[in-house]
Amino acid sequence: MSRNMHRGRAPKSMGRTAARVIRMLRGFYPVMLPAVAACILVQCVVQAMPNVFMERALTVVGQYWESGDWASAQPQVFANAAILAVLYFASLICNAVWQQCMAIITQGSLKKFRCLMFDHMQDLPIRYFDTHQHGDVMSYYTNDIDAMRQMIAQSLPQLFLTMLMLVSVGCIMLWYSLPLTCVVVGGAVVMALLAKALAGRSAKNFLRTQRAVAAVEGHVEEIMNGEKVVKVFCHEPQVEEAFDRLNDEYEAAARAANSYANTLMPILMNMGNLLYVLVAVASGVFLVVGTPNPSISGLPLTIAVAVPFLNMTKQFANQIGQISNQVNSVVMGLAGAERIFELIDEPIEEDDGYVELVACTIDADGTVRECGRRDSQWAGRWAWKHPHQADGTVTYTPLAGDVRLFDVDFAYEPGHTVLHDVSLYAKPGQKVAFVGATGAGKTTITNLLNRFYDIEDGKIRYDGININKIKKRDLRHSLGMVLQDTNLFTGTVMDNIRYGRLDASDEECVAAARLAGADDFVRRLPDGYDTMLTDNGAALSQGQRQLLSIARAAVADPPVMVLDEATSSIDTRTEAIVQRGMDALMTGRTTFVIAHRLSTVRNSDVIIVLDHGRIIERGTHEELIEKRGTYYQLYTGAFELE
Amino acid sequence: MSLLPKKPVIDEEFVKTASHVGYATVGRRLLGSVRQYKAAAIATPLLVLGEVVFEIMIPLYTADLIDAIKAGADLGQIVSTGAVLALMALISLAFGAAAGLTCAKASTGFAKNLRKDMFYNIQTFSFAVIDRFSSSSLVTRITTDVMNVQMAYMMLIRTAIRSPFMLVLAFAAAYSMAGWLALVFVVIIPVLAVALFAVIRKVVPVFRRIFRKYDALNERAEENLAGIRVVKSYVREDYEKQKYDRAASEVQDDFTYAERILALNAPIMNFCVYTVMVFVIYAGSYAIITTQGQQLDVGQFSSLITYGFMMLMQLMMLSMIFAQVVMSEENARRIYEVLDATTTIEQPDDPVLEVADGSIDFDHVGFSYSGDKSREALRDVDLHIASGEVIGIIGSTGSAKSSLVQLVPRLYDVTEGTVRVGGRDVREYDLETLRNSVAMVLQKNVLFSGTIKENLRWGKADATDDEILEAARLAQADEFVQGFPDKYDTYIEQGGTNVSGGQKQRLCIARALLKHPKILILDDSTSAVDTKTDRLIREGLRNYLPETTKIIIAQRTSSVEDADRIVVMDSGRVNDVGTHEELLRRNAIYREVYLSQNKKSHDERELDELEVSSDE
Repeated sequence: MSRNMHRGRAPKSMGRTAARVIRMLRGFYPVMLPAVAACILVQCVVQAMPNVFMERALTVVGQYWESGDWASAQPQVFANAAILAVLYFASLICNAVWQQCMAIITQGSLKKFRCLMFDHMQDLPIRYFDTHQHGDVMSYYTNDIDAMRQMIAQSLPQLFLTMLMLVSVGCIMLWYSLPLTCVVVGGAVVMALLAKALAGRSAKNFLRTQRAVAAVEGHVEEIMNGEKVVKVFCHEPQVEEAFDRLNDEYEAAARAANSYANTLMPILMNMGNLLYVLVAVASGVFLVVGTPNPSISGLPLTIAVAVPFLNMTKQFANQIGQISNQVNSVVMGLAGAERIFELIDEPIEEDDGYVELVACTIDADGTVRECGRRDSQWAGRWAWKHPHQADGTVTYTPLAGDVRLFDVDFAYEPGHTVLHDVSLYAKPGQKVAFVGATGAGKTTITNLLNRFYDIEDGKIRYDGININKIKKRDLRHSLGMVLQDTNLFTGTVMDNIRYGRLDASDEECVAAARLAGADDFVRRLPDGYDTMLTDNGAALSQGQRQLLSIARAAVADPPVMVLDEATSSIDTRTEAIVQRGMDALMTGRTTFVIAHRLSTVRNSDVIIVLDHGRIIERGTHEELIEKRGTYYQLYTGAFELE
Repeated sequence: MSLLPKKPVIDEEFVKTASHVGYATVGRRLLGSVRQYKAAAIATPLLVLGEVVFEIMIPLYTADLIDAIKAGADLGQIVSTGAVLALMALISLAFGAAAGLTCAKASTGFAKNLRKDMFYNIQTFSFAVIDRFSSSSLVTRITTDVMNVQMAYMMLIRTAIRSPFMLVLAFAAAYSMAGWLALVFVVIIPVLAVALFAVIRKVVPVFRRIFRKYDALNERAEENLAGIRVVKSYVREDYEKQKYDRAASEVQDDFTYAERILALNAPIMNFCVYTVMVFVIYAGSYAIITTQGQQLDVGQFSSLITYGFMMLMQLMMLSMIFAQVVMSEENARRIYEVLDATTTIEQPDDPVLEVADGSIDFDHVGFSYSGDKSREALRDVDLHIASGEVIGIIGSTGSAKSSLVQLVPRLYDVTEGTVRVGGRDVREYDLETLRNSVAMVLQKNVLFSGTIKENLRWGKADATDDEILEAARLAQADEFVQGFPDKYDTYIEQGGTNVSGGQKQRLCIARALLKHPKILILDDSTSAVDTKTDRLIREGLRNYLPETTKIIIAQRTSSVEDADRIVVMDSGRVNDVGTHEELLRRNAIYREVYLSQNKKSHDERELDELEVSSDE
C-alpha cells in the first residue's frame, strides 16, 4: 500500500529541510521571529546568572556566618537578591513575550503552510491527481502538518534556548574554573552520545509505528467496507487473525519506541547525578590538594565557587536531556516538512496560451467588436481574441463550438500510446458519441479536449484555433463537463448550482435546475434550495446528485459539452429523468457523449466506435447498422436474447 | 439502493445515551482490556516509587558532600560520600529504566488489547449496529482514539504516581533539612497549582471545539481533492483557494487563541521558580548567618533550591497529565461505545445445526432499519418459495428488494412475522450453519486485497484448483482470468480497483458458488455484465445447481424473464407474483419497467458487451 510508503519515512536530508523551514518561517514573520530569538537570548543569560549571585551570596555568608552578624550582612545580601529579582523580572517578561509570539508564529505559519499546499494543489496538472492516491495527498494536511506543529511550537525554540543555555552556562563555568569545566563538558559529551543512540532508536521505532498504524488502518477500512461479505461468508475468524498480525506488529513497534523514549529520561537524569558526583569529588580533590585553578576570573577554587559550579553542572546536564527530548519531534517534524515540500515543489500546470475569450458584440455584417461584460449593448456573445505576435494585429473569432481533432496521438506515459491517429470533427450543435469497451480511450479523448492532458502528436482546433494557443482557463470556460462521478461540495444546493457560474443570479440557478429536471426534488428538500449538502451530498440519491451536476453545467452555459454518462445502476424511472436532463442540456450545443447506453447514442450526429485507442468505425446509427461491422455486432449482441 | 445515504451517520440518540454513562463505567469497561498486562501496570508505579525515593535522597547526600568539601574533609570522606551518592544514582537509574520498560509494555499492550477487543466486537456486530457508526469513524476509534487513551494511560501509571510522591517527599526532605524555610513552598505551590489548573480548565473546552473545526477544514481539502476535475473544468481554482483560506484563517484564529492561553504556563512556572530562588538566597543567607550554620548549612542551600525546582516541575507535570486525561475522556467514550455495543443478532441457546432444504418462507414479515414501526421498510410480506425454485425480484429503487433478501442470512432480523428457511425460523439456526447454506452476492461487490484464488477461497477454504476453475467457469469468469498474465494468482488491489466492474461481479459470483449453497441470492449482481454473459451465467446456474433455490434481484426484466416466478416489489410490499407473461399481462409496474427497457423495440438495449465501469 502506498500509504505505508508515504508515512513513517525518515527524512532524507535533515539539514537542508531544517534550513528551508527556518528560512520560510523567517519569511512569514520577519520581525516577530528575530524578536523571539532576542527574548530567548535575554532569558538564557538571566537564567544563567543566579549562579553568579549564589556565589556572591555564599561569599557574604562565608564572611559573616561565624560571627552571626546578620545586621552587617543584610545590605549586601539584600542588594544581591534585589538585583536578581530585577533580572528575573526582565526574564519573565521576555519569556512571556516569546511564548506568546511563538503561539502566534506556530499557528500562523501552519496556516500559511496549509494554504501554500492547497493553493499549489489547485495549480497542479490533473496528471498529478491521477497518479497520486487521495489518502497520500490528504496525509500532507493531517499527519505532516501535525508533525510540523510540534516541531515549530516546541522543538525549535527549545533547541535554540538549550543551545544558548549551554553557551552561557559554559561561559560562566569557564569564568570560574577551567579544569572543572573540562570535567563537565567531558561528561556531557558522553551523555549526549548516549542520548543520541537511544533517541535515534526511539525515533526509528516511532517511524515504524506510523507505518504499522497505516497498515492497521488500511485493514480496518477494507474490512469495514466489505463487512457484509465477511458476514455472509462467515469469515470473521480469518479477518480477526489478519488483524491480530497487524495489531501485534503495531504493538511491537510502539513498545520499542516507547521503551527507548521512557528509559531515556531516567538514564540521562541519573547520568547527570553521576556527573554531579564526579564534579563534586573532583572539586573536593582540587580543594584539598589545592591545585591551581586556571579561569577567566582568576578566582581561586573555593567552596563559594564549587557550590554554584555544582549547580551549573546540573543545569548543563539538564540541557542534554532537553535536547534528547526534542529528537523525536524534530525527526518526525522534518520528515513531515520534507514531504510537504515535495508537494509544494511539484511542477504546476503550465499554460502558454495567449488567445483569450472576450465578451463581444457582433454587427449585422459579421464584424466582431470587443466589449465589456457590463456594457449595455452586450447580448451575451463571446469571441476568441487572437493577438498575432508577428504583425501586432488582433483577430476576433466568434465563439461557436466547432471542435476538430487531426491525427491525434496520445500517451499517458511515453511509449504507451493509448490513442492512435484519431481524427474527428464536430460542427457547432452537433452531437458526437463515443462507444467502446473500457480502456478503449473514450474518456482519454475528453481529457485532451480541455487540456487535462496534452496530445503527443497531431492537433486539436477549437473554432479553428489550435487549443494549445488558447489560455487554459478560457478553453475550460468554453467547455462544460458532466463527469461520471458526481462531486458536490459542502454548501447549499444553490451554492452547488452556482458553482457553474459564480455571478449567476438565484433565478438563473433555479432556471438551470428546472432545465436539468432537478427543481422538483430540490423543492421537496427540507430547506429547498438552501438545504445544506455535506459529504458529497450524501443525503441525496445518486440520481439526484447527477441532476444537480447537470444543473451546474447548465448554469455555466458553455457552447461545448462533454457528458460522461454515469454507469452506476439507478432505477429506470430516475434514469429517465436524468436522461431528459441530459437531453435538455445538449440542445443547441456541440456535445461529446461517452456513451454507456444505446439510448444516448442513437440520435447522435456521429457515432465513433473506439477500440484500443483507434477509431474503427464512424457514422450515424443507421449507417453503422447498415455497415454490419463492430457496432452492429455490439448492437445485436443484445438481440440474441430474444 | 441509491436512495440510502452513502455514509451512515452516527445515530445521535445512541451517542447521547453513551455520553450519559458515568466515568467509572467507561473506565471499568476500558480497563477490562488490561488483562495480561496487569502485572506490568502494577509494577510500574512500584518501580516509580523506588525511583522517586532514591531521587529524593540524592540531594540530601549531595548536601552532605558539599558540606564535607566545605569542612575541608579528607579525600577519603569525600570519595566515600561520593560513592554512596553514585550508588544511589545507579539504583534510581535502574528503577527508573525498569519503570520505563514496564510502562511501555503495560500501555502499548493495553492499547493492543483495546484495538483487538474493539475489532473483535465489531465483527460480532449486526448491521443494525454497524449502521450507527460510519466506517471512517470506526477506523479513527481504533487508531487515534486508542492512541490518545494509551498516552493518557501511560501518564497515569507512570507520571501521575510519580508527581504526587515527589511533591510530598521533596517537601518532607526540604522541611527536614531547612525547617521553616521550606514553608515558602507551602505558599508558592498552591499559587502555581491554582494558576496552572485555571489555564487548563480554560483551554480544554476550547481545544475540543477546535478539533472539530480542524476536522472540517481537512474534510474541505479532501472534498476539493475528490472533485479536482470539477474544480478545474469550471476554472474554480481561485475560488477554492479563497474558500480554503477563509476556513484555514478561522482555524488559525481559534488555535492561536488556545495556544496563547496555554503559553501562559511557562511564565507562570518561571515566576514561581524565580520567587523561590530569590527567597532562598535571601532568607537562606539569613538563616545560615543568624543560626551560625546550625539550622542550615551551605550544602543544604542549593539542595533546597533543587527540591523547590522538583516540586514545581511536578506541578507542571500534573497539570499536563490533567489536561491529557481530560482530553482523552472523549476518546475513551468513543472506544466505550464500540466495546459496549452488543449485537442485536443473537445465537439461539440450542441452535439447529442442519438446514433441511432451500425453501424460504416469509410469514407476514415486517422490517424496519431503526426498529421504529412507523418507518417500516418492509410491510406484511408473505411469500413462500419452494426449494430449488428460481425467483426473480423486480422493483424500483427504494422498494426494499435488498432489505427483503438480507433477512434470509440474518444480516438483519425481522421486526414482525418470521422468516423460515428449510421450514424453521432462521433465528433457531446456528448463525454459521445458516450463513453457510445461504450464499449471497451483494449489490455492493467487494473483493479483498489478495490473489484471485485467495478471494475465491473465501467461499470454501480448502477448495481444490479444479473446484475453483469450475466455479469460475460457471460464473463466466474463467475466460478473462486466463487472460491475465498471472491467471488465478493475479493480485487484486484493495477495493478491487484493477478489475472492471463486470469482472468483479463475476468473481463475486464464483466466490459464492464455491459455497455450494442451498440458497443463492444474486442482489443486482450482474448489472455490469453484458446481457449475453448474464444469460450464460443464469443458464449455468440452472443446469449445474438445480437443487439450489435462486433469488435474482435485477433492474432489467431480461435478467428475470426466465425465472419460475417473478416478485414485483413496490414501496416495501409485494405488489404481485407471477411469471413473465402473467405479469406483462396484468401488472402495471412490471409492464412499465419492461416497456421502458424495450421501448423503441430493440434499439434501446444497453450496449452491454461494453462492460461498462469506471473508465480509464
